[in-house]
Amino acid sequence: VRIVIVGCGRVGAVLAETLDRDGHDVVVVDLTTRAFDRLPDDFKGQAIRGDGTDEDVLRRVGAENADVLLALTEGDNRNVMAAQLALETLGIAKAMAKVNDPVRAAAYAELGVATICRTTLMVDALDGFLGLAPTGLPSVIPAVAPHHTPVTATGGEG
Amino acid sequence: VFVLVVGGGKVGYYLTRELLGSGHEVVLMEKDRARASQIADEVGSIVVAQDGCEGKYLGEAGCSRADIVAAVTGDDEDNLVICQMAKHHFDVPRTIARVNNPKNEGLFRHLGVDEIISPTRMILGSIEQDIPVHELLHLAALGESDLEIIEAQLNEGSPAVGKTAAELAIPDGCSLFAVVRENVATPLRSDTVLSVGDKVIAIGKADCDVQLRQALLGEVPA
Repeated sequence: VRIVIVGCGRVGAVLAETLDRDGHDVVVVDLTTRAFDRLPDDFKGQAIRGDGTDEDVLRRVGAENADVLLALTEGDNRNVMAAQLALETLGIAKAMAKVNDPVRAAAYAELGVATICRTTLMVDALDGFLGLAPTGLPSVIPAVAPHHTPVTATGGEG
Repeated sequence: VFVLVVGGGKVGYYLTRELLGSGHEVVLMEKDRARASQIADEVGSIVVAQDGCEGKYLGEAGCSRADIVAAVTGDDEDNLVICQMAKHHFDVPRTIARVNNPKNEGLFRHLGVDEIISPTRMILGSIEQDIPVHELLHLAALGESDLEIIEAQLNEGSPAVGKTAAELAIPDGCSLFAVVRENVATPLRSDTVLSVGDKVIAIGKADCDVQLRQALLGEVPA
């Protein structure tokens, strides 16, 4: 499977490492080459410096032929934009954006972008550690509608 | 009209001032506290010092009753998200986004942003309108003399097209010496017939400019 990871932070780097080890074709994109220090020396995938929200950059790294794009930078909005570029412009079938704002995470899932929310994920984990009941808020939200079908449920102009 | 402006940079600040001046209801969101209070000192308590990308704060700023949301931060991804949240989560009828990377215009439009303002595109357009002026390029000055090497691009409508070099009214002190056709330069002979797309290389005095323009580009002296 060909996977593009935008953002080589701790999560991005560890994920890239394990996917690479499992034999997948991995491309990691980050704004700084320093971020690639997190990758192991024997990383066989590609690590490319560039802005993952820039269509030209994504095309240059061969994202068009990717099966999955995972947007894992520090910026919720950058992630949302990279994921939408993947789905809408590059025709990648599967994309997920890390969105730490729970409101935005749920809103984008409704718009057809799968999201993962570290905030609810961690709160639930901590609640579990404390022996409390989980919040019940979703932390990994699959896309509710296929992306960019007109959203009429909220009465928007669409 | 109630306008929610997100982003208190220069654009957001002046936009807010102008809108207030024309009697509209405005709320400005600017996440930088220092900048927000600086603007608030001037325009009053209509400034919300919070991140307009955050769903919670958009709601608190009254997004759901806004007639227009204008996302004018310096970051395209922020402007996109602000408009999408406004449109789909808060049912705002009209969203306007500033876009810096012209490549993003298509995506924004496709994703339902109602109006897209691209300063980059506007400046680019303005520069491209000026390009005809550059059909005549001064390439280099020759030593201490007042002779220059000049390049003229022959476009559709040039009076030189279809003529030979000998038929052209080339000003005194000026001579044509080469033509670049499909990136290949050849010496220009008196019987060479010029065609559209040719670049004619001339050598001449700097003050031949006006006459050369007339002969090669068909420009009427102002």
